[in-house]
Amino acid sequence: MTKKQKKNLIRIIAAAVFLVILHFLPLTGVVRFLGYLIPYFIVGYDVLLKAGKGIKNKQAFDECFLMAVATIGAIALAIYTDGDYTEAIAVMWFYQIGEWFQGYAVGKSRRNISDLMNICPDYANIELENGQLEQVDPDDVEIGTIIVVQPGEKIPIDGVIVEGTSTLDTAALTGESVPRDVTKGDDVISGCINQSGLLKIETTKEFGESTAAKIMELIEDASSRKSHSENFITKFARIYTPAVVYAALALAILPPIVTYLLSRDVTFGIWLYRALTFLVISCPCALVVSIPLSFFAGIGSASAQGILVKGSNYLEILSQTKTVVFDKTGTLTQGVFEVTAIHPSEMDARELLHIAAHVERYSKHPIAMSLKNAFGEEADDCQVTDIEEVAGHGIKALVNGHVVHVGNSKMMEAINADWHDCSTHVGTVVHVAVDGKYEGHIVISDVIKPHSADAIRELKRNGVSQAIMLTGDTKKVADHVANELKLDQAYSDLLPQDKVSKVEEFLSQKKHENDVLAFVGDGINDAPVLSRADIGVAMGALGSDAAIEAADVVLMDDDPLKLATAIRISKKCLRIVKENTWFAIGIKLLCLLLGAIGIANMWVAIFADVGVMVLAVLNAMRCMFIRAK
Amino acid sequence: MKKSYKIEVDCANCAAKMEDATKKTAGVKDANINFMALKMKVEFEEGADPKEVMPRVLEACRKVEDDCEIFF
Repeated sequence: MTKKQKKNLIRIIAAAVFLVILHFLPLTGVVRFLGYLIPYFIVGYDVLLKAGKGIKNKQAFDECFLMAVATIGAIALAIYTDGDYTEAIAVMWFYQIGEWFQGYAVGKSRRNISDLMNICPDYANIELENGQLEQVDPDDVEIGTIIVVQPGEKIPIDGVIVEGTSTLDTAALTGESVPRDVTKGDDVISGCINQSGLLKIETTKEFGESTAAKIMELIEDASSRKSHSENFITKFARIYTPAVVYAALALAILPPIVTYLLSRDVTFGIWLYRALTFLVISCPCALVVSIPLSFFAGIGSASAQGILVKGSNYLEILSQTKTVVFDKTGTLTQGVFEVTAIHPSEMDARELLHIAAHVERYSKHPIAMSLKNAFGEEADDCQVTDIEEVAGHGIKALVNGHVVHVGNSKMMEAINADWHDCSTHVGTVVHVAVDGKYEGHIVISDVIKPHSADAIRELKRNGVSQAIMLTGDTKKVADHVANELKLDQAYSDLLPQDKVSKVEEFLSQKKHENDVLAFVGDGINDAPVLSRADIGVAMGALGSDAAIEAADVVLMDDDPLKLATAIRISKKCLRIVKENTWFAIGIKLLCLLLGAIGIANMWVAIFADVGVMVLAVLNAMRCMFIRAK
Repeated sequence: MKKSYKIEVDCANCAAKMEDATKKTAGVKDANINFMALKMKVEFEEGADPKEVMPRVLEACRKVEDDCEIFF
């Protein structure tokens, strides 16, 4: 609670105590009136002051003015009929309770959400000449400074490790719980928590340009891109309040005049009372606060799971995603080549890999790297000499005195080996021949991400009707992946510009105007497609500024399943927003109607104003607690 | 030039009013208030000095919302 909230709470309680005491005191007439003025001023003096200032500044239609008019009017009526003052005071009292609650709830969720996204450290350690550490404002650290990060601390600024090894917890940035090992020479990004060893880092960016600060800024700015619902409410509020005030005015004046003309009976009091009820209901607070709160909470809970949504508008339309277009490499597949099958003719599988790895000893080609990785300890005491690269074919070398050819089918043809293609696996086939005799082949392919199939299934369950893959890869590979993941369509052999025209084609084929097409890519060379789609989703943006710039939604940990989570969050958030909108507008209109015909009194009006607001805020806060399944 | 400031304001509706008032202040090209993050982004017009413009922004905001605060 802030100081102001504490003070207001005390005022609210004091006024309530006074009201109870006054209820039991046998006061009458003027004394009674003056007595009741005490709690009224205790609880409402600031509202009255603000209303006065509002009139002076020509801002008449603010809520303080409405409250002041309604309560003063009710008190005047009570003097006139020597009736009940509690009603007017209660209106003010409940109004303050509502304000207090709103302030408290918004402040609370503001804190909760920033805790969820608390990735920005507020200091950096710099080593002084005497070996002591000094904490400085990270904003003041220049590029190229050596900063020290102790175990348990967050890395404040992006940089390169110059000393020390450690494991980093990247969960706050990526939602990924497996820690990452880092050592001297590795690039590290801010926001990661140093778990074990002391690290000295040479900064490569300024604090404001570092990953953590940039992400924080993106998340905070996200809620300023207003959604349709927010715009609707702002417009609605702009019309609603004046409309109700004029209706109240009409209600206070017209019916009494009409009845006076008809029967010469003046019934001013009843109609004034009804008009005042109108004023109490006229404040649009419930809507104006609960809808941005819902979106802010939704964006917060998404970022807690490593999903960066760059605006309320995107969170809003995500729920209507009907078509998802995926890029293949790096999105549905890992984008790194791995040995997926070893098919020897006669020798042991391990032995075949062993020989192949040796031949590739000095090659940096991705295929060579994956062979060496698959074998593990390539640098044993085997003799590998006379390595010769045959362009477009493969590599030939002498291993322990045997001539070994490792390469594609063309190489096998060239040495007249009796080769055959792989019948079971799809990918790049590496054939091996020893002394001119075919010994088998090794299949290397891009591996499908473990969650890709789940992701497609979850997307389908969340309303996506089309899952399409676009790739620059061959048809054979594309069909294999599409089959494995049960995709609806797959297009292969596409150049980057073909991808744009394909997406444009899908956009023009939409069944309904509101259907949303999302494109998911790794952000490296598909920036044009990302911006062309209704929603561009970039994968694995860690450290890649270009992708964060181009995309509307960023999945920090490369996991396509997170897109389904994002859609779920969006749906739930939107459902809550709709509930709040219609619930609040509905109750208010109903109370206005009942108030006009005299069924609803001021107590009902208070509920329509404060009660609805409290319920809407509580409902909005549910957006914060959407968890991944 | 764009600058961002921390603000203090109690209600979302008031924040929207402050945004309007800021936009109308001389020297301000565009403004955006994020009520949830309590942040205000002001884009100044070419050649305008934020130090000179911001007091006027605060004055304009105080007119629509008496107890708001902008930290600049």
